[in-house]
Amino acid sequence: MRLLALLALTSVALFAAGESLGLEAKAKELNIPAIVMFFIFVGATLGVTYWAASKTKSASDFYTAGGGITGFQNGMAIAGDYMSAASFLGLSGLVYLQGYDGLVYAVGFLVGWPVILFLMAEKLRNLGKFTFADIAAYRLAQKEIRTLAAFGSISVVALYLIAQMVGSGKLIQVLFGLPYEWAVVLVGVMMIIYVTFGGMLATTWVQIIKAVLLLSGVTFMAFMILQNFGFSFEALAQKAVDTHAWGQDIMAPSDKGKIKDPVSAVSLGLALMLGTAGLPHVLMRFFTVGNAKEARKSVVYATGFIGYFYLVIAVIGLGAVVYLTPEHAPEFFVDGKLFGGGNMAAIHLSKVVGGDIFLGFISAVAFATILAVVSGLTLAGASAISHDIYGQVICDGKADEKKEMKVSKISVIVIGVVGVILGILFEKQNIAFMVGLAFAIAASANFPILFLSIYWSKLTTRGAFIGGFMGLITAVLLVILGPVVWVGVLHNAEPIFPYAYPALFSVTVAFIGIWFFSITDNSERAKSEIEAFEAQKVRSETGFGADGAVSH
Amino acid sequence: MDKTLVKKIQANPNYIELVSKRSGFAVKLALFVLAIFYSYILVIAFNKELLGVKLDEASVMTWAFPVAAAIIIVSFITTLIYVKRANGEFEDLTNAIKEDVKDDL
Repeated sequence: MRLLALLALTSVALFAAGESLGLEAKAKELNIPAIVMFFIFVGATLGVTYWAASKTKSASDFYTAGGGITGFQNGMAIAGDYMSAASFLGLSGLVYLQGYDGLVYAVGFLVGWPVILFLMAEKLRNLGKFTFADIAAYRLAQKEIRTLAAFGSISVVALYLIAQMVGSGKLIQVLFGLPYEWAVVLVGVMMIIYVTFGGMLATTWVQIIKAVLLLSGVTFMAFMILQNFGFSFEALAQKAVDTHAWGQDIMAPSDKGKIKDPVSAVSLGLALMLGTAGLPHVLMRFFTVGNAKEARKSVVYATGFIGYFYLVIAVIGLGAVVYLTPEHAPEFFVDGKLFGGGNMAAIHLSKVVGGDIFLGFISAVAFATILAVVSGLTLAGASAISHDIYGQVICDGKADEKKEMKVSKISVIVIGVVGVILGILFEKQNIAFMVGLAFAIAASANFPILFLSIYWSKLTTRGAFIGGFMGLITAVLLVILGPVVWVGVLHNAEPIFPYAYPALFSVTVAFIGIWFFSITDNSERAKSEIEAFEAQKVRSETGFGADGAVSH
Repeated sequence: MDKTLVKKIQANPNYIELVSKRSGFAVKLALFVLAIFYSYILVIAFNKELLGVKLDEASVMTWAFPVAAAIIIVSFITTLIYVKRANGEFEDLTNAIKEDVKDDL
């Protein structure tokens, strides 16, 4: 692990050296103090990973290490997962570019949490399994449900991965002056190294530490910004309105942004709210604590931290509007455009308020966050392929462990390569927006199955399988045919599907599909699945029968 | 869990109380949060200008910001309310049921 860390760091240095060899002469000089800080913090995070990994020996150790994690720690870890590059870089960038629209995302991302707590968290926990697929397959047929869950997870992971790749690629580009494509390839390589050899062992601890660092960092930024305005948010807003090209329009949802029409607004709202309950790597966190009490507490802590974070992001976004102008800070602009794009607003701003050292700190925290989130996502995707599809579906659950591990490692590399390619294709997209799309897919493919398997006794395997795929395919197709991919990536003139947000349509398709194909299912299997609901309900309410896994 | 145990638990008065109280409470809180959030989204969808109304003509500050902050804060407070009750009352009821059926578990 230490060797790998070294290897990874040298590869960064090598790439950085490429710059001085004249491979990229893009108006940026190497910022030595920032880079030193960057290496210190990334190195420290890798050190923590190494330390924590050495304390947890086996794979099962990792999952049940949950017993030792308190509600507070788990809340921090959830917050760490959630305050990814997309939230930090994407939301502040969105506020920088489009003003208030960024806050609509923030509110939507947050509101999912109370709803998960009230309606899903406890039941999921009481059903006492580890992954989304396990819960959905509690009384339904393994093969079908696992196939569906695997495809759903892979699609969500892919889109989420794009967002993180773009964020980290831009970050490396800005910090080291590398060409964007090189930066993304470098991130892809580091990610593959990190996952294939280090694994996910220490993510919880890394996330906790980063949550603390990031919260302190953004608090400092907001403090420094507000200080210049006599701690008056209103004075800051006044200055932002005077500076921004949109003027007063940045102070409210605007027709100029992506949330133009009623359909987009409702669709986005639906995706953000329901998507959280369908993100595989977030749902898993409910099983890492000792008991139901701690699980509930962790949601309160997570909601508190994330809510605070989003409020601070509003200040940072407006601060970026004020300080990052070609007149005020010409050093951050190349050809009249912000270097690295809107996603880098928070990074440049950190230099304005805290100098090179703070720039290095914030870049390192952001980069380490991305690396951990990306590794978690890649592992989730790889295990969906190796465990669910290869192990359970292709080999009928009889695959030998070595082969499964091999498939898993190959999957990591494939996902890494795909992530790099997609990351390059989607360079210009705002990353908060890309995460919005990942949420749309989670809301369409995973959420309906999960929700109905808990609450609707008449759900059958056939309904879940056909309806779930209808939702997933609709969501993916509408993303491809919509303005983002059809126009933005494939460069067609007009999108076939006019709206940027598919959730309103795809979630509806999923629910109707599941309902229709369940109630028309008269097979024997369907009957026994409906009968099994009673026992599942008692267990989901009390946790009895799951006690071995739940409260040890 | 076999069928007789399922039936037994379902007939247990503590279980009936737990399920009805908890789902009633959870659904009410969820509807409360959903109602607030979707009102917000529907305003954005159909009447954006409403959020752009200024708090005070002399300033640039609009209702949009305090409303967003309020939704975030209310979401947090509802989770707090739920967890307070769930970790006290509901946890006690669950333990009471466990006590009642412990010989069959």
